[in-house]
Amino acid sequence: MSRFFFPHLVLVSVLVAPASNAATEPQPAKKGPSTEVPVVIQPGTATKPAEGFQAPSLTYQTQQSGTPLNASNSFNRLLKTARRHQAPTDDGIHDPDNDGTKILQPPLEAYANLPRTASDLGNGVDWVKAMDEHIISPRWDIDDPEMQPLVMDMNIIRFPRGSIPNELFPHRQHTLWLDCSNCHPAIFIPQKGANQISMAANLLGQKCGTCHGKVSFPLSECKRCHSQPKVLPGREGVKP
Amino acid sequence: MTYLYPQIIFSKLFGACLLASLMLLAPLTAQAEYGDVVLNNRAEQSGMRPVIFPHWFHRIRFKCKVCHTEVGFEMRAGANDILMADIIDGKLCGKCHNNKIAWGPQNCHLCHSGLPGLKTGIRGGDSTGGPGKW
Repeated sequence: MSRFFFPHLVLVSVLVAPASNAATEPQPAKKGPSTEVPVVIQPGTATKPAEGFQAPSLTYQTQQSGTPLNASNSFNRLLKTARRHQAPTDDGIHDPDNDGTKILQPPLEAYANLPRTASDLGNGVDWVKAMDEHIISPRWDIDDPEMQPLVMDMNIIRFPRGSIPNELFPHRQHTLWLDCSNCHPAIFIPQKGANQISMAANLLGQKCGTCHGKVSFPLSECKRCHSQPKVLPGREGVKP
Repeated sequence: MTYLYPQIIFSKLFGACLLASLMLLAPLTAQAEYGDVVLNNRAEQSGMRPVIFPHWFHRIRFKCKVCHTEVGFEMRAGANDILMADIIDGKLCGKCHNNKIAWGPQNCHLCHSGLPGLKTGIRGGDSTGGPGKW
């Protein structure tokens, strides 16, 4: 082993002196044996053992490769699992080799003028606000661009257990998009007290979870539904 | 013994680099846009790429009711048996994709643009089970 490593170490020690600064420019060719060349290419690793534990060589290496210096300390604070809103050519489901894929519009181009949500969950777009501000005007009828929906402005407040804020269901925002028959009576029975709704059911894709969590804003945006502060007994003076 | 030292350093460095790159790459996988639907009950069997339906693109132009009531699409990915013959006849997608409201079905590769092998269902970080999960 020592015979094998000894010449290697000598070579390294020859290069040590200029390594930290001069490493940015290409090393002039040494007149020694031809085995030098691979060592010159990687000053970061090659100089390290001979110099002891010297930081500059490591710094150089990371700067050269373009990765941030504290990459090992990256921490996924927001539990982000994926790059969102990718163009069709890199979104992982479109075939980049398909000619049509390149013609398709990237989502962020379409979202450029739309109001975005702070969480960026789902599409990251506040669709109702976009419609209320007339930034988009999706058709209500397939042929007639002038036809308007029959909007029903009625809120339903539900009272979940414990300290969870009360849940306000606004009919207005839903009837802007949907026909009554989309939800009633298959998903929700149109009668007070007739629907057993729970977050468990929603997570299984029933009730609200039929749309929310798939195309409408996801269940992780708790406060958009649980929007009504609840006054708890004994805590009347406490502000939410 | 000191000559073994470089080896240890190298292996530790290599391990650290590998770990760092994994931590960097792990959260960076690409994700389909929220609400994208893959339709592949028939496409690949017939020698075409799977269809990708982008909900986001369509809801900018039409309200949910248009497709889910007027056109008659079930609100469940995979529940609609869509044939090209129906589309050309002006049913389902063909109610709009008819060269009048939107471009027609001769633009095969705009819809049939999915990666081969994708399964039918909703994509894009959906967080609930049930309809749309097959």
